[in-house]
Amino acid sequence: MRREGSPWRGLTTVAFKEAADHMSSARMHFVMLLVVLTAVGATYAAIGDIKSTIGSDPFLFLRLFTTARDPLPSFAGFLGFLLPLVAIALGFDGINGEYQRRTMSRILSQPIYRDALLAGKFLGGMIVLAICIVTLWLLVTGLGILMLGVPPSGEEIARGIAFLIVSLAYCTIWLALALWFSSVFRSPATAALAALTLWLVFAVFWQMIAPLVAGALIPVDPLNPMTAVAQIDLQHNISRLSPSVLYGEMLTGILHPSTRSFGLLFRSQMEGALMGAPLPFSQSLLLVWPDFSGLVAGTVLVFTFGYISFQRQEVRA
Amino acid sequence: MIEPVIEVKNLVKRYGAVDAVAGLDLTVMPGEVFGLLGPNGSGKTTMILVLLGLTELTSGDVKVLGLDPLRQPLAVKKAIGYLPDSVGFYDTMTARENLRYTARLMGLERAEADRRIADALERVRLTEAADRSAGGFSHGMKQRLGVAEVLVKDCRVAILDEPTNGLDPQSTTELLGLIKQLRDDGRTILLSSHMLSLVQSICDRVALIHKGRIGLTGDVDELRSHVMGGAFVIEVEATEIDLDTAFSGMPAVGRVERIGAKLVHLHAGADIRAEAARRVTEGGGNLVRLAMHRPSLEDVYAKYYAEVRDAA
Repeated sequence: MRREGSPWRGLTTVAFKEAADHMSSARMHFVMLLVVLTAVGATYAAIGDIKSTIGSDPFLFLRLFTTARDPLPSFAGFLGFLLPLVAIALGFDGINGEYQRRTMSRILSQPIYRDALLAGKFLGGMIVLAICIVTLWLLVTGLGILMLGVPPSGEEIARGIAFLIVSLAYCTIWLALALWFSSVFRSPATAALAALTLWLVFAVFWQMIAPLVAGALIPVDPLNPMTAVAQIDLQHNISRLSPSVLYGEMLTGILHPSTRSFGLLFRSQMEGALMGAPLPFSQSLLLVWPDFSGLVAGTVLVFTFGYISFQRQEVRA
Repeated sequence: MIEPVIEVKNLVKRYGAVDAVAGLDLTVMPGEVFGLLGPNGSGKTTMILVLLGLTELTSGDVKVLGLDPLRQPLAVKKAIGYLPDSVGFYDTMTARENLRYTARLMGLERAEADRRIADALERVRLTEAADRSAGGFSHGMKQRLGVAEVLVKDCRVAILDEPTNGLDPQSTTELLGLIKQLRDDGRTILLSSHMLSLVQSICDRVALIHKGRIGLTGDVDELRSHVMGGAFVIEVEATEIDLDTAFSGMPAVGRVERIGAKLVHLHAGADIRAEAARRVTEGGGNLVRLAMHRPSLEDVYAKYYAEVRDAA
């Protein structure tokens, strides 16, 4: 059955209202404070390290993001852990909060489709996340310029922009997940807990689960060394179901220009390669492209689940 | 021929095995104030949601202003102002910002929207609270803000779901005044309520809904005569006369109900006070009291639902 009118009517109105709401909400201020403080701390520690150890690195600025000094992880490591938290904080009460405030039927009785409400909330969250990530990146870059006294090169900026896009994609899948849960669970607290559980599983435990599952599925046969290769391949693929692993791999590919592969490399494959020589930017992009498309595909899938769940819902509270 | 504003034919809405609405017919004409009456769970809100295209019907035919709410939901929603049951607003935004947001969703120009919002807030007397956060509003103020939203939309049809639910008497009276204003602007109003006195005082026609069906429909007088037998109850108190014989065979009297030794209730189809007084005095009795008691909608409602419960 065809319905008349555009499903996008009201989309930007909802998106800007949601973005404005997030920017002024106390919840968002708390999470951002946490992220900014840890990011600045990690970068500051990294700068100390860079000054003392590396003198002639051509990618000095990228080191800002990836250098870890005990006990702090690197800036990139922090982001992989904390960005989902920001995204979940933005999305977990997206749909059920409207029921709780009893605003849902009032908003849906305006001449818009439900599509616009859900997509608008998603878009509004993305706007805020993009602002956060760009702010963080500028903050770190600015700190680097001040403390190191050198400006970033053209390629470092290009890699930085790739880093921004990848980070946004990573946040977005968590935002889509939080929105999906907010539509499935009627209570915002349940939705938040469910999303945080999944976040912990993927960010912390997944790396431990993957070897166990792979070991059980493909046991290593001591007489056949190829089973070991197959097991590691499987383990790798299982761990890639976690967005955090994908994000970590992409950051490695983009921020460490000398990265050539994320999996096993045989000696024959390395023949003629200059060890430790950086890849051109385009080759690094090619390296992370499968991970990136996987992450975006996952986002589309999760958003679709949320969309179906919301469309099938009875509006009455 | 005038086209009806709302036309519902044989509407069925099933949730699993439960029929929330089971074959409901309804016609609301332009300029009418139509009241939906029924206990909780009788299908009132479901029917309203179907009219707005917010829920899909299982079968039946629904037309709002000649449009199909399922196929042309945007056009339908543009034409209907809806005040949901205990409406909510965004707590972090002021009353004015809340209205601005919905005005943008309605597709109004900024200047036009601001003009209408100021106007509407004035009419619901919330101008002073307009720039306060809606989180601190009382239930009554929120209901009034909801009416303001309907005013901003400036549409031909207004649907009010339990507008006075949970309001104190003063807020109820205020809201009643606002609904009357909506009516005087020439809007067609469909309202559902438990507040029978409210329905009685402003509705042109009323439908009693029972288990997803229209039990009875008509204006209050029609319902009264249908449910209560006669629409008039005349109380006669007299001494020195046998009231039963005095009133036997009197035209228009349906039934003589004896209340006390000297007190009867006459159930009649018309106002027969003059005739009753004449019969008493002609029969040599002393008329002590003669009063007409018109059953309120509340009596009709109580009696009707008691009857259908007994029948079930």
